[in-house]
Amino acid sequence: MTRLVVIGAGMASGRVLEHLFEAAPEKFDVTLFNAEPRGNYNRIMLSPVLSGEKSYAEIVTHDDAWYGAHGVTCRFGERVTGIDRDRKVVIGEKGEVVYDKLIVATGSNPFIIPFPGHDLPGVVAYRDLEDTNAMIEAAGTPGASAVVIGGGLLGLEAAAGLRLRGMDVTVLHNVGHLMDRQLDETAGYLLKKDLEKRGIGVITRAATKAIEGDGRVERVVLEDGTSLPADIVVMAVGIRPAAQLGHAAGLEMGRAIKVDAQMRTSDPDIFAVGECVEFDGALFGLVAPLYDQAKVLARTLLGEEDAFRMRELSTKLKVTGCDLFSAGDFAEGEEREDIVFRDPARGIYKRLVIEGDRLVGAVMYGDTADSNWFFGLIKDATDIDEMRDTLIFGPAFQGGGAAAADPMAAVAALPDDAEICGCNGICKGDILKSIAGGAHTLDAVRAQTKASASCGTCSGLVEQVLAITLGDGFQMPTEKPVCTCTELTHEDVRRLIKAKELKSQPAVWQELGWKTPNGCHVCRPAINFYLLADWPLDYLDDPQSRFVNERNHANIQKDGTYSVMPRMWGGITTPDELRAIADAADKFGVPTVKVTGGQRIDLLGVRKEDLPAIWADLNDAGMVSGHAYTKGLRTVKTCVGSDWCRFGTQDSTGLGIKLEKILWGSWTPHKVKLGVSGCPRNCAEATCKDVGIICVDSGYEIGVAGAAGMDLKETELLAKATSEEEAIALVIAFVQLYRENAKYLDRAYKWVAKVGLDWVREQIVDDAENRARLVDRFEVSQSVYRKDPWAEHAKPKPAQRFHLLADLTQEAAE
Amino acid sequence: MSWIDIGHIDDIPLRGARLVKTHMGCLAVFRTGEAEVFAASDSCPHRGGPLSEGIVHDRKVTCPLHNMVFSLETGEAQGADEGRIETFAARVEQGRILLDGTLIAARGAA
Ligand code: SRM
Ligand SMILES: Cc1cc2nc3c(=O)[nH]c(=O)nc-3n(C[C@H](O)[C@H](O)[C@H](O)COP(=O)(O)OP(=O)(O)OC[C@H]3O[C@@H](n4cnc5c(N)ncnc54)[C@H](O)[C@@H]3O)c2cc1C
Ligand code: SF4
Ligand code: FES
Repeated sequence: MTRLVVIGAGMASGRVLEHLFEAAPEKFDVTLFNAEPRGNYNRIMLSPVLSGEKSYAEIVTHDDAWYGAHGVTCRFGERVTGIDRDRKVVIGEKGEVVYDKLIVATGSNPFIIPFPGHDLPGVVAYRDLEDTNAMIEAAGTPGASAVVIGGGLLGLEAAAGLRLRGMDVTVLHNVGHLMDRQLDETAGYLLKKDLEKRGIGVITRAATKAIEGDGRVERVVLEDGTSLPADIVVMAVGIRPAAQLGHAAGLEMGRAIKVDAQMRTSDPDIFAVGECVEFDGALFGLVAPLYDQAKVLARTLLGEEDAFRMRELSTKLKVTGCDLFSAGDFAEGEEREDIVFRDPARGIYKRLVIEGDRLVGAVMYGDTADSNWFFGLIKDATDIDEMRDTLIFGPAFQGGGAAAADPMAAVAALPDDAEICGCNGICKGDILKSIAGGAHTLDAVRAQTKASASCGTCSGLVEQVLAITLGDGFQMPTEKPVCTCTELTHEDVRRLIKAKELKSQPAVWQELGWKTPNGCHVCRPAINFYLLADWPLDYLDDPQSRFVNERNHANIQKDGTYSVMPRMWGGITTPDELRAIADAADKFGVPTVKVTGGQRIDLLGVRKEDLPAIWADLNDAGMVSGHAYTKGLRTVKTCVGSDWCRFGTQDSTGLGIKLEKILWGSWTPHKVKLGVSGCPRNCAEATCKDVGIICVDSGYEIGVAGAAGMDLKETELLAKATSEEEAIALVIAFVQLYRENAKYLDRAYKWVAKVGLDWVREQIVDDAENRARLVDRFEVSQSVYRKDPWAEHAKPKPAQRFHLLADLTQEAAE
Repeated sequence: MSWIDIGHIDDIPLRGARLVKTHMGCLAVFRTGEAEVFAASDSCPHRGGPLSEGIVHDRKVTCPLHNMVFSLETGEAQGADEGRIETFAARVEQGRILLDGTLIAARGAA
């Protein structure tokens, strides 16, 4: 008999033994070492054990009787410490064993990030029965909390299991979306939503700082200061092949023990199988390929010919209710095409990645019924050209007519209590009731419910509710959608973001049924603005969704250089500021210095890599960005007013400066410019601005909706204010109303023309309480945005972005 | 093919780009996904717009000057526009960005 020694009684070696005993029951005398004090069990079923859906006994693959029947000498609970290849012995903790053939099947070790406190009791990995039992025990204390570090497959299964056992669970994930290696952002968003629904907290882009506790883990602290109570911390951040034995024995190594297609290492009598091997540069972490390896290794040991081949892999998450599937390759390669299907009503998302005539990758969430069929197409490299148009609908549709994605699904998916008309607080249910009561036109619904009777921006949504309810009985007027990524108009999208409380881009893409993975250059800047305007504290502004000028905080010029324009509050400057500007112009070789039409100075022709440095110089002189590049507050032009002018009635300069200091930094649908003139002679040209104030003896005349660009239009009188405070409050409320309601890229005059000045007046002049609420909301938003972007971007780390990533002209060619 | 390591994936913002200087001029490395990059010429064939400053969506970029859209996979202009940008092999491995090594050697080429 051949003396076969096996190191590691895990899932891979277990399979090898099964094949060997089946094919040649008498051929091998097996000694089986295992560091764990037990034999082979189905490791992937630890998750059901953790959640309580299965017991350990139910997941044992080989019990004592099985080992006995096959004459296996079991040395469980004994770690192998070395291999002596010259003497052909394996050195265990309790003694040596001689081998003719040796299998190394030591699996992997969980990776532990050495955060401060990572070695405290109560910090566990998720790999074996001991870890699982430690978690079950921690969950035994009522009200206990768990923090899971790592939002991959293992981390989420641990989180779901702990939650089912009643713990308070938070998952920390360092990337922007969960399971980032298997899922794209939308599927990651849906998964997060489902987990949150079952009470699991999820923090993405989380930067863990330390694990703390007195003698035992008590909490996890993040870089941003957040502190999360924790009775147990599960670190599930990845695995590393357990390959030290191979290394120490001098076998040929890569990142793990290198094997050939027959699972042979560089020593002809030593084989390796499972997660401890590297084949053709690849490592392994799922069982499907390990079972293939096991089969090949058994045949090799039996002297038969076989070769291991890499196959496509697929992933499913073993958390009940989170139906997801991912297979194939999204990451690399050229000439690829995406097909996206979204059904917001049912929370379904599917994406196929096609290369040439082949399906190469698939991600699905919410409906994975067809996943095996898609996986088959990927594995077999089936030619899908014939069914390309209907492929996404799955096998049932092949040969039949395909259902197109319903453009109104997003509205159909709204619950009855979702608010459709923000002005009058009318919900979808109210509208449905009025339709049931016979209101079959927009006007009729408007008359009965007041929905869309005020600013009118929700008319599109009311029409869609009518269309869904009445079917062909209602003729939809055709409004222009935002872009080709969606059927919805800007106004629809704005209302739906509020009604459905959508607070992230993936939420908008999915819940509103976007047709592209992440929008385009037309819709993304708009969505980014809507999200930050509606949820200033929840949504993080995304610079990658902004046009170049707003991302780089400078206006790009036709030659690729930039212009730099510091604020001059209300057009007032000082000799020191002027000197600093002159010095900066000299130091950075600025070719053109120009006085602008907005009462300040423009430095034109600055190189991109000089921007952080010139900003820092101007900052040092007390100046901040003039935002000459934003859809935001630009300038407040003033005249000299009562301070100097013999006609001045009020302090127009002072009021202009106050307004500029309140409004600066805020983002708006389009740019906002103000003028404050000290008397009706109007030297500050206030009557053609978005907001223009004319000071008079009795107070302030506040005009809005003027224009002097492509259109020329005089302001219309919004209100007269008797005090400066009142004037300021009216201006802020107007700007906030504009921010909350206007379509992206509508200047104020275009928006007012749509909603009517009367409605604007009702909101902010007649209704003092509403005016105060608008001012409050503006202040909340400014608590985030009223800061100098130059100062932020001139800091060393953000400033790196303005430089080359690499300079290959400095590298020597090989 | 030899590969050169030019930096960590997080040096490029998601749906952003950074420039790499080579003997053939500046090329842009775009990050389209958590671990997906493409390398292409930085210069728009229309009027030389810096593509690295464009908005990146799906596997495409929109030129910041006049909104031509290019596929980062093929380099072809999308829609009705005509034109093409040169693309280069790039990939991500273990969080590192790797570019086609011949870019170092190509002194004076093109
Ligand atoms: C620098 C300046 C001209 C000057 O040298 O005086 C200027 C320069 C530009 N204007 Fe202007 N506008 C400037 C005052 C104006 C004014 C006058 C004013 O503000 O009192 C107007 C008319 C008033 C108005 O806005 O309605 C004006 C109406 C426009 C328009 C048309 C807007 C419209 O809605 O009709 C555009 C195009 C746009 O925004 O889409 C524009 C766009 C531009 C852009 C940003 C073009 C571009 O996209 O690159 C120019 C940027 C140059 C740069 O790099 O700085 N600029 N622009 C002025 C800067 C003022 C400042 O201090 O911030
Ligand atoms: C909770 C959990 C859920 C999972 N879910 C899935 C899933 O759904 N789908 C999927 O495909 N995969 C899943 N996996 C991964 C899968 O379990 C592994 O890929 C598989 O177990 C690896 O098999 P292996 O034989 O290489 O290693 P293991 O099964 O880890 O076996 C290695 C054994 O070797 C022993 N050993 C190590 N060093 C020594 C030594 N020096 N001396 C003696 N003994 C030693 C270890 O104690 C261990 O028992 C999951 C894993 C975990 C932990
Ligand atoms: S008027 Fe035209 S050319 Fe002059 S600065 Fe304004 S946008 Fe540029
Ligand atoms: S320069 Fe790129 S579109 Fe004009």
